[in-house]
Amino acid sequence: MFKSLIAGFFLGIVVTAAALYYVPAVDQHRERSLVAVMPNGGNTETFHVNVPFDRIMMGASGQRTALPAGLEWPDDEKLEGISAELFKVRNSDDAVIGVASRIEAGSHEADRIIEWVLHLPARGSVYLSMRSEAAGDGYRVGQLRAGTREFQNKTGKVTERWIAAEAESPDTPAGQIELVTAFIATAEGSR
Amino acid sequence: MKYLISATIGTLFGVAACLSLVYYNPLHTQDDLSPLAVTDNQIISLNYSAVADDTLLYTNDGASQVDPYPAKVQELWESPIRLTTVMVTRLLDSRNEVAGLGIKFLSDSERTSVLNGELLVDSVWHIVLPDRGSLFIEQTENYWAYVRDIVIPAYWSSGDSWRGLWRHNITAGPTALATARVAGASGQLAGVDTEAVEALAARAYSVEQGPVAMQGELSIELPRAGEAGDGSTGQD
Repeated sequence: MFKSLIAGFFLGIVVTAAALYYVPAVDQHRERSLVAVMPNGGNTETFHVNVPFDRIMMGASGQRTALPAGLEWPDDEKLEGISAELFKVRNSDDAVIGVASRIEAGSHEADRIIEWVLHLPARGSVYLSMRSEAAGDGYRVGQLRAGTREFQNKTGKVTERWIAAEAESPDTPAGQIELVTAFIATAEGSR
Repeated sequence: MKYLISATIGTLFGVAACLSLVYYNPLHTQDDLSPLAVTDNQIISLNYSAVADDTLLYTNDGASQVDPYPAKVQELWESPIRLTTVMVTRLLDSRNEVAGLGIKFLSDSERTSVLNGELLVDSVWHIVLPDRGSLFIEQTENYWAYVRDIVIPAYWSSGDSWRGLWRHNITAGPTALATARVAGASGQLAGVDTEAVEALAARAYSVEQGPVAMQGELSIELPRAGEAGDGSTGQD
C-alpha cells in the first residue's frame, strides 16, 4: 500500500508538470489572414471599420456627445486639440480581428498628428503615422513606423479613406473607414 | 481497492507538491531593479492609475474580473479579441500634472508558461504627449509576481482582499535586457528608437473588483542627440 502511495505521488508530479508544459494556457482565436502578394514580394491587406457600429470610443475636448455614454473626457488644457477614437477592426471578410486607436492632435495642418495603432491579438500590432494633408482623391497616405511580432522588421505604406454607404438605414453602417496596408520585409527581417 | 485509494491519495499529494513547487519556486523571482536605473540618459516618467474606474475608458470581454468602465462601453466579446483589454488614461508627469494621453492594448500571450513562472501579456501603448510628440511602446509583460504576491493571497484571505505595499517591474521584453521597445513618430520624439520599463505599485486588491489602489509607472529613456534612431523605414 505504501508503494502505491509513493507511485501515485510521483505520478501526480509528472502528470501535473506535463500538463503545465504541454497544455497551452492561452489559445488566441485566429481568423484566416486575407493577404495578397504584391509583385515586389511584399503583401497587401485590407482592413475596415464599420461606422458607427465598430466605434468604441470618441473622445475630444469640448465635444457635446460622449461616446460611450458616461465617458468623462478631461477638460485639461494640455489635452486640448487631441481627439482619440477606438474601433473594432475587421478583415475583408467582415470578421472582427482586432482593435485600433486613431489619434489626431494639433490644431494647425503643419504640426497635425494623425496616427493609427492596429492591435491584432493573434498576429501583432502596427503603428501607422499618416500625413496631415489628405490626397486629392479622398485618400490619406501614411507610413508604417513600427510593428510587433508578425509586423516586425517590415516597412511600407498605408492608405486611409472614408467610404460612405450607398443607402442609409439604421441597421446598416453609415460607411466604412478603409485601411489598406502594403508591407514588405526589410533586409533585417527577411534574413 | 485499498491500493487504488492509496494511489489516488498519493497522486493528489503529488499534484499539490508540484503546484507548490511552481508557486514557491525561488528561481521564478523577477529582478526588481530597472535596467534603466543605471542609464545616464534623461528619463521621461509617466504615471497613471491602474484602477479601471480611475481611467477614462476600460473595456474587456465583459466576463472578466474587472468590469468595463464606463458601464455602457462596448465589450470585446468577439473571439479574436476576447482575451484583450483596452485602457485609455491620462498620463501624469513626475509633478503629478497631466502630460498626455495614453491608450494601452493588452492581450494574453500564447507564450505563457506557468511552469516557468511566466504569465505573459503582449501589450502596446499609443501615447501622445503634447509637449514632446507621439510614441508607441511594445512590450511583453510578466504578471507572475503580481498573481503570486497579490491575487492568490487575496483569494486565500478570509476577507477576499489583499492590502500591502508591492512594487514590481512588469516589463519582461522584448529586448534582451527585459525592456520595452519605443518608437517615436512626431514632435521631439520623431524618429526616436529607445527603451522603456513599466512598473506597477499596488496597495489594495479585492477579489470582487480587482485592483483597488494601484499605480502604473512608465519610464522612457530619452537617447542623447546623435544616439536616436533615424526612424526611417526606407520608403516615402
